[in-house]
Amino acid sequence: MALIDAPPLTPLPPAPALLSVSDLEVTLFTRAGQLKAVDRLSLEVAAGETLAIVGESGCGKSISALALMRLLPEPPAKITGGSVRLAGRDLTRLSEGEMQRVRGKDLAMIFQDPMSALNPVLTVGRQIVEVIARHDPASHRAMQARALELMRKVRIPDAERRFNDYPHQLSGGMNQRIVIAMAIACQPKVLVADEPTTALDVTIQAQILDLMKELQAETGMGLIIITHDLGVVAETADRVLVMYAGRKVEDGTVDAVFDRPLHPYTRGLMGATPSATLQPHGRLAEIPGSVPALADLPAGCAFNNRCPIAFARCFAERPGLTMPAPARSVACFAVEQEGVRHGDPVGA
Amino acid sequence: MRRILLRRFAQIIPLILGVIVLNFALIQMSPGSFLDVMTAEQQVSDPAMIERMRVLYGMDKPVIIQLLKYIWSVLTLDFGYSYRQNETVLAVIMQALPATVILMLASIAIALLVGVLAGVVAAVKVNTLWDNLISVGAVFFFAAPTFWLGIMLMIVFSVRLGWLPVGGMRDIGVDHGVIGIALDVMRHLALPALSLGLFYAAMYTRVMRASMLEVFRHDFVRTARAKGLSGAQVVVRHVFRNALLPVVTLLGLQLGTVLGGSVVIETVFSWPDIGSLMLDSVMSRNYPVVLGVLVLSSLIVAVANALVDIAYFRLDPRIRAR
Ligand SMILES: Nc1ncnc2c1ncn2[C@@H]1O[C@H](COP(=O)(O)OP(=O)(O)O)[C@@H](O)[C@H]1O
Ligand SMILES: [Mg+2]
Repeated sequence: MALIDAPPLTPLPPAPALLSVSDLEVTLFTRAGQLKAVDRLSLEVAAGETLAIVGESGCGKSISALALMRLLPEPPAKITGGSVRLAGRDLTRLSEGEMQRVRGKDLAMIFQDPMSALNPVLTVGRQIVEVIARHDPASHRAMQARALELMRKVRIPDAERRFNDYPHQLSGGMNQRIVIAMAIACQPKVLVADEPTTALDVTIQAQILDLMKELQAETGMGLIIITHDLGVVAETADRVLVMYAGRKVEDGTVDAVFDRPLHPYTRGLMGATPSATLQPHGRLAEIPGSVPALADLPAGCAFNNRCPIAFARCFAERPGLTMPAPARSVACFAVEQEGVRHGDPVGA
Repeated sequence: MRRILLRRFAQIIPLILGVIVLNFALIQMSPGSFLDVMTAEQQVSDPAMIERMRVLYGMDKPVIIQLLKYIWSVLTLDFGYSYRQNETVLAVIMQALPATVILMLASIAIALLVGVLAGVVAAVKVNTLWDNLISVGAVFFFAAPTFWLGIMLMIVFSVRLGWLPVGGMRDIGVDHGVIGIALDVMRHLALPALSLGLFYAAMYTRVMRASMLEVFRHDFVRTARAKGLSGAQVVVRHVFRNALLPVVTLLGLQLGTVLGGSVVIETVFSWPDIGSLMLDSVMSRNYPVVLGVLVLSSLIVAVANALVDIAYFRLDPRIRAR
């Protein structure tokens, strides 16, 4: 019936993003009142694309990632608005039971500290088998074979022997590979990695990132990498989203943002160096002051107390996102007013 | 594993020697001997007679000789002779031992089952009505004196309802083969085991609840949820086993006290036991029996410790690595 009714020659609308988050809002219900840990966050990730989320510690990156997975610590945190559409389905409206069938299958996550992310009393092999058994059950032998295959894929040397090892017998890098194997076991559409390399040695960091990019190229999954490290952004991401105090303050392609960071916070993160891309493993530069606690955000722009160019309006109103260029957005009154001049390359 | 057990068993010998020496010293320091009690009870006043008994029981020898002789005989499993029961100490203890062990094991089993279950439910439903009810129950059973609990249970189930016997371990005249005797013992066992079991269960509940809540905070629980596991799968496969270790520790401590843990309840339910044997022996200065029970206790403590080690070893692979 649908075939007959459908007008055959109407042009198709542009393919919707694989993951599309709009106006996501996470509220912390605390004694100090209701705090917006994530405030109207919107983002999109297409298949095969990598989005980096950067910001100092406490900006709400992890809370955002956990909100996508519906794994927020409840209480105190709760999704209080917005939608998370994965392949068209709004995850915020799913029941917990339905969400369980999405987690680990369509949407997977990797955490910061691989040494604590695995259960110490189960063998790593069994922990990989577990996720296969959950979403794609088969005979025990078949699932074991698949888990072994995954271990080889994430380059665990001597996988057969390591299969029956416990997490404490493996190094941090090896454990993170196991976590990655678990995450990609059921070919997720989107993988969220919350600071996947922060806890690892520099040499291991590069290996893990390479591995993730390689797996992405193979499966075409969308990737969200949360990081402190601008080097990671430059090396791995297609687009970057800068967060401050629970809000998106700037986003755009990596090239555009690194060439012309617009928001003073982004500029601050990149430091006064002529080009942050010249320092592939540069940590975020120190900005004087620190991220304000959610309970006492300043009135107006949350960054006003640290901003070198704040003016009267910044202390009175909160800037909304504007689009100074296609596929580019920024929330800053100075940019709105001064436009191009302020958008000059850092240090120029 | 074998190394751990060997180490444990190597510890038993000095432990038991220590127990013997310490108790021997305590007994020597306390005034009066069983001869005083015995002669008083039987109104023997002839000094020659008393002297002859002193020699008979080896009490004329120096203390150190008495001690060495005792140690030697313990090593040959000879705990001496109890004049009061006119039997060897081993036989006297062995008569009282099964009843005590049955009661303690039954109550520990009840405690483990009830306590672990209640602790898991309270932790999973933390800060809800269920959690509160369980916590209040735990405080109640922990705070209520066990003898009071025993008497209350007795009033309800034995006196009012008449379902269960008031005390003792067996009905006189019941003899329908092994099964009949077992059923009869179980009927008598129910109330004392329940009174003790609920008291211990309160401890297990609190330990298990706290331990579960602690494990819930670990990162790997979040990983397990991120895999898409259901709440029950997360609890059973990932939280429960990690949360068991403190319970095992408590269990080990408790297993070590099986011989002394139940005196009050045994008295309330007139359960034949080692507690009253011990009391009687102390009162009558029947030191061979006292020493025998203490040596046995230390053996049980050592075995309980070994069992805990094995359980730890099985539960936690990180311990295996050490
Ligand atoms: N369980 C929690 N209870 C209360 N506040 C929390 C909790 N988790 C995070 N927060 C607060 O939410 C904010 C964002 O935290 P987070 O997302 O972890 O930051 P990031 O990952 O960017 O470092 C912080 O201000 C933090 O204090
Ligand atoms: Mg974080």
